[in-house]
Amino acid sequence: MSRPLAVEQESAGRAPYPRPLPPPETGWRRWKDRLMIGLTGLAFLLALVPLAHILGYTLWRGLPTLNWDFFTQLPAPVGEPGGGIVQALVGTLLIVAMATAMGVPVGLLAGIYLAEFGRGRFATWLGFLSDVLTGIPSITVGIFAYTLIVVPMQTFSAFSGAVALAILMVPTVTRTTADMLRLVPVEMRDGALALGAPLWYAVLSVEMRQALPGIVTGIMLAVARVSGETAPLLFTAFGANVLVWNVFRPMATMTLQIFQYSISPWPTQQQLAWGAALVLIVLVLALNLGARALAKYMSRYNAGR
Amino acid sequence: MYAGNLKPGAIPVQTEAPVAMEERVQPLAGIAISTGGAADAVAATQPKIVVRNLNTYYGAKQALKGVSLEAPAHRVTALIGPSGCGKSTFLRTLNRMNDTIPGFRMEGQVLLDQEDIYAPNVDAVALRRRVGMVFQRPNPFPRSIYDNVAFGPRLHGLRKKADLDEVVEWSLRAANLWDEVKDRLRESAFSLSGGQQQRLCIARALAVQPEVLLMDEPASALDPTSTSRIEDLITYLKHDYTIVIVTHNMQQAARISDLTAFFLNGELIEAGPTSEIFTRPKEKRTEEYITGRFG
Repeated sequence: MSRPLAVEQESAGRAPYPRPLPPPETGWRRWKDRLMIGLTGLAFLLALVPLAHILGYTLWRGLPTLNWDFFTQLPAPVGEPGGGIVQALVGTLLIVAMATAMGVPVGLLAGIYLAEFGRGRFATWLGFLSDVLTGIPSITVGIFAYTLIVVPMQTFSAFSGAVALAILMVPTVTRTTADMLRLVPVEMRDGALALGAPLWYAVLSVEMRQALPGIVTGIMLAVARVSGETAPLLFTAFGANVLVWNVFRPMATMTLQIFQYSISPWPTQQQLAWGAALVLIVLVLALNLGARALAKYMSRYNAGR
Repeated sequence: MYAGNLKPGAIPVQTEAPVAMEERVQPLAGIAISTGGAADAVAATQPKIVVRNLNTYYGAKQALKGVSLEAPAHRVTALIGPSGCGKSTFLRTLNRMNDTIPGFRMEGQVLLDQEDIYAPNVDAVALRRRVGMVFQRPNPFPRSIYDNVAFGPRLHGLRKKADLDEVVEWSLRAANLWDEVKDRLRESAFSLSGGQQQRLCIARALAVQPEVLLMDEPASALDPTSTSRIEDLITYLKHDYTIVIVTHNMQQAARISDLTAFFLNGELIEAGPTSEIFTRPKEKRTEEYITGRFG
């Protein structure tokens, strides 16, 4: 409402400004500015160098190997040229798909619990534990799956490998789901509650939708990470040189194949390893782009776009 | 122009001119309510909401202290007072939205149509269907305009497309938004302006056929034009709903409300017909607040 303009009245009797500021720096400040911008740019380039090198070198070494046989044939007998790695391609797709089918639902639900329903010390500990699991060395998870599944079943299997990878995915998915849900404005949830929606419905139909792009990105990071895992598969999926569809048998994967061939003395096998590395990179990249496009489509109504 | 019971079956034929313009109460000058004094008009209707001796706490902190207030049906009750005085807490007690806040506790009685809404057998989720709410900042869902309005009806079991179409059109017309969005129902709700978003949220609330509409500073984040459209809408909606509105804008309270309640530090200082509160308040603190001497 209308009040007297206090500022003008008081300024008449105000004390002088106690500490005159030094005059503004001009030359040196501008140089500092340029220096810092230059440093950030340099750091960015430095980060790009290994990435570009890996991509470029893999392309250079791997591309000549790729042909129709590479994707359709089993490995040729040792020392002979030609052959492919179809069994590893199928194995990776199968095992990663199984791991995703097992790990993502658990991670999603755990994340929803942490962000929306978990209260008190139990939830705090659960969140902490999940964070610790994010950093667990993947080979220990492989040992866990070995003890839990391989030993009782008395056989290496794709299934045990998928379990190991699923366990690796869970904490990442949990963390991103919880974080993304916490970013959704509370007013959105309240809006749904005020219409007579139960909390679970408000979370699933409103909050999850807003959080989806971030969650999908998180899931894709998790999928990409486990697609490149080798250590936990060494004594679970184990590897194979034949095409296997039975998930309770040992199965090859791209990473196991790369591992095996890259330390092989035979140049033809080393060649196949380069090709496999390139295919794995492209596979993960394609998966990522596809998921991003999907998330973008699904979030076409979202706020802040 | 607009009379009778609003039901989705009978979509009112809307005139071209913005609804309720002629009903609009003029600022301050026209405070006296037309039908022979506000007091009579208020006394004539049954209290829709009765609050008796309400105390609320967030943890150890008491937010409301012994508040008793009645909100009559088909009237606009305005809650005014400085920030942090408990207006919003009071409002959110009326549809049990505070239940979701950890550490919230309440004592006293809140009756809706003589029924205690905090009785153990009352389902808060079902209650909120009868008591709709509009929030301070427009909060559309990340969905299309159509799906925003259809959210409530779908939630409560309306599935057929024809039925939903009908309800969506009816609700958007009731919120005076239909003409602006009828050709873009499939676009994102966030493509609308702030004022349109707020009317969309009102339409969304109306789509579940509530009896009471709670509004928490519904125009405070909007520009003057949008504010005046919301105010028109409130004046128009009170024929069919009981409205309780929190506002920081004294002129707004004077323009649109039939009753005004003044809150200060968690206490209800004074409540009565708006014309009386604004012209001859009984309490000195009320007078000081509405004349802008504090708050």
